[in-house]
Amino acid sequence: MPDPRTDGAAVTAARGLAPRPFRVAVPPVSGVLRPRLLLVCAALVAVTFVVFCWNVAVGDYPITLTGVMKALAGVGDPGTLLVVRELRLPRALVGLLAGVAFGVSGAVFQTVTRNPLASPDMIGLTQGAGTAVVASIVLGWDGGLGPQTLALLGTLLTAVLVYTLAWRGGTTGYRVILVGIGVSWICTSVTDFLVARGGKFQAQAALGWLVGNLNGRDIDEAVPLALALVVLLPVTLALTRHLRTLQLGDDVATGLGVAVQPARLALLLAAVGLVAFGVAAAGPVAFVALAAPQIAQRLAGTAMPPPVTAGVTGALVVLGADLATRTIVPGAEVPVGIVTGVLGAPVLLWLLIRANRAGSGG
Amino acid sequence: MERGDTPVTAGRRARPVVLVALTGAVLAALCLASLALGARAIPLDQVVQALTGHVPGPGGQAAENVVWSVRVPRTVLGVAAGVALGLSGALMQALTRNPLADPGVLGVTAGASFAIVLSITVLGVGSLFGYIWFGFAGALAASVFVYMLGRLGRSGLTPVKLALAGVAVTALLSSLTGAIVLTDPEPLNRYRYWSAGSLASQDAGVVWRILPFLAAGTVLAMACAPALNSLSLGEDVATALGRRLGLVRLQGVTAVMLLTGGAVAVIGPIVFIGLVVPHVARVLATRAGIGPDHRWLLPLAALISPCLLLAADITGRLVARPSEIQAGVLMAFIGGPFFIAMVRRRKLAEV
Repeated sequence: MPDPRTDGAAVTAARGLAPRPFRVAVPPVSGVLRPRLLLVCAALVAVTFVVFCWNVAVGDYPITLTGVMKALAGVGDPGTLLVVRELRLPRALVGLLAGVAFGVSGAVFQTVTRNPLASPDMIGLTQGAGTAVVASIVLGWDGGLGPQTLALLGTLLTAVLVYTLAWRGGTTGYRVILVGIGVSWICTSVTDFLVARGGKFQAQAALGWLVGNLNGRDIDEAVPLALALVVLLPVTLALTRHLRTLQLGDDVATGLGVAVQPARLALLLAAVGLVAFGVAAAGPVAFVALAAPQIAQRLAGTAMPPPVTAGVTGALVVLGADLATRTIVPGAEVPVGIVTGVLGAPVLLWLLIRANRAGSGG
Repeated sequence: MERGDTPVTAGRRARPVVLVALTGAVLAALCLASLALGARAIPLDQVVQALTGHVPGPGGQAAENVVWSVRVPRTVLGVAAGVALGLSGALMQALTRNPLADPGVLGVTAGASFAIVLSITVLGVGSLFGYIWFGFAGALAASVFVYMLGRLGRSGLTPVKLALAGVAVTALLSSLTGAIVLTDPEPLNRYRYWSAGSLASQDAGVVWRILPFLAAGTVLAMACAPALNSLSLGEDVATALGRRLGLVRLQGVTAVMLLTGGAVAVIGPIVFIGLVVPHVARVLATRAGIGPDHRWLLPLAALISPCLLLAADITGRLVARPSEIQAGVLMAFIGGPFFIAMVRRRKLAEV
């Protein structure tokens, strides 16, 4: 049976392998259970946990993996406990949480706009954050807000700008993307100007922030992000029931009784909030919000990116990339965003080729 | 499209000439302004004296020096790069029949930038004349790649697909550029000035040596004009009219490569000028009753574009005296809203 929601070869291939989803109805709860999705999600969580611990284990004072797990449980010698809790855990947590935020946010963006290329870094949100932070670094004045709050404000302002400009008696996915491209060019050129205007060290600091970085991340970055996730994740996941309807197209969704514009706005707001806090904590880590949902979708064999799995994949990508920078080039402190950028860009191209082949690229 | 047997009245033929002459006059005025204005304003009569002979009186020598060693190269560069970017924008919009085409949006600029950064850091190429070849190669590779990407699929080349392909390639290349620049702090300094897009700080020698390439690109572009007119009727019609589309595209891409690669190498990646200018040219041509004839649209674009670039450059020099705002930044401020306005139009009409 052809399903109108499926798009192209990957799904067709996946359908052969996947255990069929089935509907469970135990009144008063009913829902579709997808065994493969659950299996993939559980496996990803397990792998992410190991990579997380490995992240904590690597450093000038090496700790074994079991040592890390013990320390996380509160067992071990005081020295190890101190290193783990005070120094390494916050950094790894920032990576984990930011990855979750990017992944979930990307999944929502891609489903709402019905385009795999719509991610926060393609439509200017992270560039807006970059402009705000670089402005404060170069001008040497942040109004007492600090880079985190500035990145947050920059992202939210850009989102409002893109949405307002794309609004014309409603919005369509493509208009949001193209308007976002225009806005992101403006932000990028302002950032370039500021970087050129600043001193050599300011320029380096600014470019270092712009690429997305976990170096020196601390509990001060982890706590606001964790709080934001506690509030935004349940909201987003509660709203995702509209996602399945929205992806059928505006007309069908309206016919099914969904208030399309409010639902879309609420989902986008939640997704923007997630990415804003993620960028505020870890900087604009390139391509995670774009690639993670796509990887998750392919692993789970679903027709659209599954938000929870995408979140876990995002965490795995960020932590894995951070681990790679520190184990492959020890001491070089390469920003994590360089690894995700260089690895993510081919994913982006491949997506574009696939989208075009399937005729859904535009 | 050839006019064929239609009798052409003197009045109709004069219109495009008048329009081109008017645009040329504006450009000439802007050139004079570019020579006269700056951190230190020089009176127009002294500018003319410096150009024709020498400036009498105390301080004359200094004024002469400023004009010849700073302002003349800068103005020549502004005109040359402006012509190049405007022409390649008009050419790309006509070739792809895409109103959103622009060397910056479609990744050509990013290709040239990446190749140049690569040549500076990996191969240690030090002189501008050394890395201009990399600029050409990068521009060519990126434009062909983006075009192929955009063409994939059932629906063929649509404006949105092409723009997305361009942005994707730009994202890829700029993240690679960032990776190189950040791990090697020395080229960072040169790169950050260059990447903001500016007409400043280019020595005169470089400017003169880039001109032959841009001139060759301009000639090639102009030679495309009749074929572009056929192409604007659709690929099938163009083929039926006897145009060899492969050859036209090859010629067009070569011209874009020479023009964009050369301009980017000297002034850095300036986006949006190639997007805005062809639209302005079309509006002017329509108002003047010429219609979308590329034999007039291309020269018009070639004249309007340096006007815009020089105006941006002069404005940037004046508003932030004694420092300056790069022309590329100002262009993005003009071009970005223009791009958004285009996107907001109800239908993205094909060119």
